[in-house]
Amino acid sequence: MTDVAERVAHARAAASPARVALELRDVRKRFGKTEIIRGATLAVNAGERVAIIGPNGAGKSTLFNLVSGRFAPSSGEILLDGQRIDGMAPHRINRLGLARSFQVSNLFARLSVFENLRCAVLWSLGYRYAFWRFLSDLRDANERAEELLAMLHLERRRDALAMNLTYAEQRALEIGLTIAGGASVVLLDEPTAGMSKSETRRFVQLIRDVTVGRTLLTVEHDMGVVFGLADRIAVLVYGEVIAFDTPEAVRADPRVQEAYLGSVLARTQAEEA
Amino acid sequence: MTGDVFHFRPYNVGRWAVWGGYGLLLLVAPLVFSSSLSQTLLSQMGIAIIGCLAYNMLLGQGGMLSFGHAVYSGLGAFLTIHALNRVGAGTLHLPVGLLPLVGGATGLVFAALFGFVTTRKSGTTFAMITLGIGELVASMSLMLPEFFGGEAGVSSNRVVPPAVMGISFGPQIQVYYLIASYCFVCTGLMFAFTRTPLGRMLNAVRDNPERVAFIGYDTQRVRWFAFMISGLFMGIAGGLGAINFELATAEVVGAQRSGAYLLFTYLGGATAFFGPIIGGVLMVLATVVLSELTKAWLLYLGLAFMVMVMFAPAGVAGLVLANLRLAAFGKLRPMLRWYGGLVVAGGIAFFGASMMIEMLYHLQLNEALGPVMKFCGFPVNVRNPVAWMAALTQVLSGGLAFELVRRRVVVQWEAAQADIERELKRREAA
Repeated sequence: MTDVAERVAHARAAASPARVALELRDVRKRFGKTEIIRGATLAVNAGERVAIIGPNGAGKSTLFNLVSGRFAPSSGEILLDGQRIDGMAPHRINRLGLARSFQVSNLFARLSVFENLRCAVLWSLGYRYAFWRFLSDLRDANERAEELLAMLHLERRRDALAMNLTYAEQRALEIGLTIAGGASVVLLDEPTAGMSKSETRRFVQLIRDVTVGRTLLTVEHDMGVVFGLADRIAVLVYGEVIAFDTPEAVRADPRVQEAYLGSVLARTQAEEA
Repeated sequence: MTGDVFHFRPYNVGRWAVWGGYGLLLLVAPLVFSSSLSQTLLSQMGIAIIGCLAYNMLLGQGGMLSFGHAVYSGLGAFLTIHALNRVGAGTLHLPVGLLPLVGGATGLVFAALFGFVTTRKSGTTFAMITLGIGELVASMSLMLPEFFGGEAGVSSNRVVPPAVMGISFGPQIQVYYLIASYCFVCTGLMFAFTRTPLGRMLNAVRDNPERVAFIGYDTQRVRWFAFMISGLFMGIAGGLGAINFELATAEVVGAQRSGAYLLFTYLGGATAFFGPIIGGVLMVLATVVLSELTKAWLLYLGLAFMVMVMFAPAGVAGLVLANLRLAAFGKLRPMLRWYGGLVVAGGIAFFGASMMIEMLYHLQLNEALGPVMKFCGFPVNVRNPVAWMAALTQVLSGGLAFELVRRRVVVQWEAAQADIERELKRREAA
């Protein structure tokens, strides 16, 4: 499937049932006197790939932290498949089917790549806090971890400690830990940050592969990645979503141009030309 | 738990050999070292091994620094000794051999109770709370003399007739084999634990608690459950101690005992499963043998601890593993003569230092016996400046030589490690 065809199919699949997977209603977050998120409202459909863009300090990472449960919002509602999750502990949100990655790789440094992935599948397979079964006997967990290894192209590094991986390998494992539990909504925080152009290209394909059939929300600075990956783009400026539409519409939106995209877009287009 | 029988299956030859060897060692140790002193030491080592392994479940595997773990072994010891007295009085019907399980249950219950509070936090806060609970229980031991027996402690008699199959637990050797059996089974169970989902998630919590929450696990639960299991084994160790000594005093719940678990687990090596086994052996050698040899034993212990923290943070087990790795890549042989140099230089410095320490102790404590003391069989006059100069010269020259050799060793070591890394990369690419 070509990129365009795939995107169209994806968008159509996302559009037809139009079930809202993740919804933010007037979410606000204050740190002391400063309000970082100032009434963000957003509804992401199931199966949709959404990129959040915005200038530095717009509150993109904070928004992710609110949705994933790292912080509780000061006010407003966050709903996952119609269920309130605002203020819930991260592990509870995760069990409801929402997983996130981190901007700075957040791995289990002294465990091997395989062990990292196996840890990440245990809860979703129902093994909980079992201390009466051996890991080596959990066939489904081991198979799933091996599958993930192959999907991430990390088979060769299976037994290497996470801390000994290269940067790009760590980024791949970071995505792996995020999607391992089979969450239906996946949040990726700057997945391609710090990567070379060729690595980024491979990585975008990897993200596409591993998020098939899932709802994706990603923060990204690389406009090539954003326009290549997203079905819709949300523009966050000073803690508010000022636009949320298809890439073409967002590109043309004068408010977006003014607030943020103008300079970045001009640069991207110049590069493309 | 239905249908899930706890099946521990050592499936390869290497594992059979290791566990077989371990069991055999426990079996024949008192036959090889058959004096009554050795039997006493070996019994205590078995207990200390269980304690250190249980402690390391938190320290090495869970990254939890507990300063009050003697609480769980100590309370286990007290409950066991009270149970033993009941058994002796005929009001409780339990075989003496099963009484350590009373200690285990006690450890488990109190770890569940106190652990619920301590494991809510991690890092420094966790350490502080465990310290607080340790002090709390230690002070309770003086406030509740009915239970803790006041200054004298609670004593008992482990021989409860009739003897079953000739086992009365009167002779020390019978107690040793009771301890050895528990030691073997507990070691096996604690090793098995490291291979289970909870055991692995405990490692994950150690490495990165934040991420654990984002893969669906409640980090506090993981820590709490591990804390309870650790408490269970600590309690068993305490119970065995009560049967072994037929006595439980306030000392067994005290801060010094807690400190000993930390210190010797670390010395043995917290990063390897078998490290605390070495630690347990060292614990008994130091607290029983070294303390007999010299009054300054705590000072030597402190020095050894400092040296290990600075130069070998992975403990004895870490040194063993690192050198096995060198050997596996054929890099150990050229290092050996450097190690020899380290030992000689370190030995000279240590000899001088210990001479000064002993002279100082003699001056402080044994002045009344005259200025001449015995050091390594030689008479030394502590009032003679020449003796001091000689000792100081040894410390300085030995220390200097040690440092020079150490620098060379570090260079060699790093070169060898780099070679191994390259070799590994090459194999991976092949």
